[in-house]
Amino acid sequence: MDTIFALATARGKAGVAVIRISGPQAKAGSGALCGTLPAPRQAGLRKLRLAGEELDEAVVLVFEEGASFTGEEIVELHIHGAVATVSAVLRALGGLDGLRLAEPGEFTRRALENGRLDLAQVEGLADLIEAETEAQRKQALRVLSGAVGSKVDAWRADLVRAAALIEATIDFADEDVPVDVSPEVLDLIGRVSGGIATELRGISAGERVREGFEVAIVGRPNAGKSTLLNALAGREAAITSEVAGTTRDVIEVRMDLAGLAVTLLDTAGLRETEDVVESIGIERAISRAKAADLRVFLLDGDEVPLIAPEPGDIVAHGKADLAPRDGLCVSGKTGAGIDTLIAQVTTRLEGLAAGASVMSHERHRISLMRAQGAMESARNEVLAGSERAELAAEDLRTAARALESVLGRVDVEHLLDEIFASFCIGK
Amino acid sequence: MKHFDVIVVGGGHAGTEAAHAAARMGAQTALVTLRADAIGVMSCNPAIGGLGKGHLVREIDALDGVMGRVADMAGIQFRLLNRRKGPAVRGPRAQADRKLYREAMQRETALQPNLEVIEGEVSDFRMDGGRIAGVILADGSDLASRAVILTSGTFLNGLIHIGDKKRPGGRIGDKPSVALAERLKALELPLGRLKTGTPPRLDGRTIRWDLLDEQPGDEDPVVFSFLHREPFARQIACGITHTNEKTHEVIRANLSRSAMYGGHIEGVGPRYCPSIEDKVVRFADKSAHQVFLEPEGLDDDTVYPNGISTSLPEEVQAEYVRSIYGLEEVRILQPGYAIEYDYVDPRALTAALELREVPGLYLAGQINGTTGYEEAAAQGLVAGLNAARAARDEAPHHFSRANSYIGVMIDDLITRGVSEPYRMFTSRAEFRLSLRADNADQRLTSTGIELGCVGETRQRAFGEKMEKLTAGRDLLERSILTPKQAREHGMMVNQDGEKRSAFALLSFANIEFDQLVAALPELSAIDGETAEQLAIDALYANYVQRQEEDAAAIRRDEAWEIPTGFDYDALPSLSNELRGKLKRALPQTLGHAAKVEGVTPAALTLILAKLKQMRRAKSA
Repeated sequence: MDTIFALATARGKAGVAVIRISGPQAKAGSGALCGTLPAPRQAGLRKLRLAGEELDEAVVLVFEEGASFTGEEIVELHIHGAVATVSAVLRALGGLDGLRLAEPGEFTRRALENGRLDLAQVEGLADLIEAETEAQRKQALRVLSGAVGSKVDAWRADLVRAAALIEATIDFADEDVPVDVSPEVLDLIGRVSGGIATELRGISAGERVREGFEVAIVGRPNAGKSTLLNALAGREAAITSEVAGTTRDVIEVRMDLAGLAVTLLDTAGLRETEDVVESIGIERAISRAKAADLRVFLLDGDEVPLIAPEPGDIVAHGKADLAPRDGLCVSGKTGAGIDTLIAQVTTRLEGLAAGASVMSHERHRISLMRAQGAMESARNEVLAGSERAELAAEDLRTAARALESVLGRVDVEHLLDEIFASFCIGK
Repeated sequence: MKHFDVIVVGGGHAGTEAAHAAARMGAQTALVTLRADAIGVMSCNPAIGGLGKGHLVREIDALDGVMGRVADMAGIQFRLLNRRKGPAVRGPRAQADRKLYREAMQRETALQPNLEVIEGEVSDFRMDGGRIAGVILADGSDLASRAVILTSGTFLNGLIHIGDKKRPGGRIGDKPSVALAERLKALELPLGRLKTGTPPRLDGRTIRWDLLDEQPGDEDPVVFSFLHREPFARQIACGITHTNEKTHEVIRANLSRSAMYGGHIEGVGPRYCPSIEDKVVRFADKSAHQVFLEPEGLDDDTVYPNGISTSLPEEVQAEYVRSIYGLEEVRILQPGYAIEYDYVDPRALTAALELREVPGLYLAGQINGTTGYEEAAAQGLVAGLNAARAARDEAPHHFSRANSYIGVMIDDLITRGVSEPYRMFTSRAEFRLSLRADNADQRLTSTGIELGCVGETRQRAFGEKMEKLTAGRDLLERSILTPKQAREHGMMVNQDGEKRSAFALLSFANIEFDQLVAALPELSAIDGETAEQLAIDALYANYVQRQEEDAAAIRRDEAWEIPTGFDYDALPSLSNELRGKLKRALPQTLGHAAKVEGVTPAALTLILAKLKQMRRAKSA
């Protein structure tokens, strides 16, 4: 029986978050982070450390086997409810031998199997678990429907193809299939694991929340972007003037919006220009604006923005003091509409933060890491030669299973489909 | 009226294995077949085993079944497929002499105690309420039994196609079982239609063997049965030739006259066994396809050209076959044909292969949508064991995916059904590294002994083998070497100071048993065969250990049986959608329920809670 862990409290920012660890390695695993454990059922304050680095200070509770929710040895870590902290502790636990993130409903399942719950109690808990799974389903859908979707589709196709090539040499050894498929397999593995490595660097929600969201203010030159930035920041962070094109480089201001760390970007006004320095600034403005989590378009009169707003972006009319219009109007000069704008920005960012839920992202991260490891060893087995093909196949299977939450299930039928479509089988 | 415990209908590979299994279990068994002299006939390719299939034969043998032993007696060319890959994916295969196979099977059948062969056509079932209580033969005689196993192969509404000609038949030269099909229709079983095909048979005396490449058997033949060491019959080679552009032209020009392409066939054929028409159409850029010329027997001139099954008209078959190198003058003994037949959706079966809606009636073989002798025989074995157990009111025995290919196949069939004739592949087994042909006996024979289907000879041989393996493994694990000692004897290991057991060292790809013996002379007590087996066990030990947790989880879920009539309405927290899906799928275990589309962990937990509650209520 392996040892499982998960965040037991709701996701998101809170005063306290509880991480529950259950299974034979619960004490050993948590002990690795907090040193000595308090006596069972007695709260103890401990510093959580991983490789000398302090993660958090936690209240630790130990429940003995037979006297816990699941009936197994349980350790609860009551840590600070910051998203980044939770994420760091989960990550540390995931890196310990014999510990893994719990599957949905797994604590309840174990409690039931060990006779700690009866049907009525499970019925009562079912709604809760259902909610959790529903959230995960939605998360998977979000991953699949967004920009990540096409990337994920490509990984899936590559992984299926790589596994199918290997399986073809195993199951159809007596047939007309290529003897050496390793160049293509290595190529496919390389592509998938390269893609995953990039994704791993990018998607970590903890990092996103810790480092802050980027909000770019974009618009034509002299639309009043810098004035707005200064109004939001409450100080003269950017030079303002009547001269169009005053802002050449990207100016960053860090601020706190309703508890979320935000970096505001003031960018060069977007227009066609002959000026070399200004055009470099405009290029930079466009690329930073596109990469930002949210864009605030500041319109001046009836002009059309040089880059199109993406769904969810905010469009406002600037210089509200000079020419009031319909829709959201702001003026950096008078402060008109600023509160409304801040409220809108905050709502959007909170939506993004909730979407990037730490739980499922941590789950994805662990899945991706596992897949990465399995593909690495698949690569080694492929390089070791065809006499180890079944081990390479096993590693690819492990990788596909690890990616199930992201890719969806890769079934043997998918491999067979690929094999029969590619090779003339049937001697 | 005669009374039996178990009646098996059909004398093919499923039927013989079923009858033998039931009889070995001690059940009074009748094997009813149209012609007793057709028992053990190989109606398609005269070969047994292969990848996945060879694994099944070894498992049948581990349970003391007949197929492996008979194939050894009839094998005229043994080849271990994937010999140069890892042991987990090596599959024993043999070309069989049809006549020797038939004779050996009939001999085994005559010698098997508790087994009586009855010639006749089954036209109906005897019913006792909703239960099957025997069969009625076409001549009007009645046979009573506790259980009936139906293994009618392709005979249910069989329809043979050669070009645009078609005629009813289950196998060329035999008549289809129309009366029985009508009877089954009345049982309102879910039926589907499949097709399969065979190539024309050639007269070997008219083949230019001198021109052709040979495919010899292995120099060191690996046989099927754990009780045998070497083949019984003289060993021969097969020939290899190829189709060419001319062959393909002839086929393309006549495509519309093929039963398949002319639109005469509605059944779905197997993708891994396409007709030559399919190959030419689907892989139009290939200018040649392999053809293996497999002699059907030592004193039989019939040759089976493996790779060119067809449903083209006879004259076109002759034209394209003679366009092939070495076959220019060949005489066709029997044309190739396609056959369509009815199968029963295997999702209507329990894991014991009993029909859920018709207690007492078991189905095995092609009737369940599978293809292949080995798949059929393995199902026959499962049905035979379980029919015998049911006849004495014992609970069914279920094979798990986690410890056998048999379990993988049954689970696939009853939970997923089939969309084309089902064939075993090693890739279907998620625990492939532990489910090996070499350890089928270690996995299954002790279960067989408990079930009572393993005879004394095998019990003794198995006991001796296991003693040697246990002692050998024990010795290997107790013998420890430091990295320095290992290095001194030429074994390359990390000089990390970590002491390793001989067993751990054996798992290294570059360390041979002989090197270990040089370092640890006491290991010479382990004989060669035992050492070979232990080396394979060591090779996969790490993977097997890693998989063990997954396997244990599967076994746990498979062990929770969901009784027929389980009341999903009594679980108010289940969504209506899910409840509907579960009611339609009627999963038989918690493991099956997990595979029903849309089932959430919460739903599984609910079902499990209900099952636990029921179990408590029962024991209270």
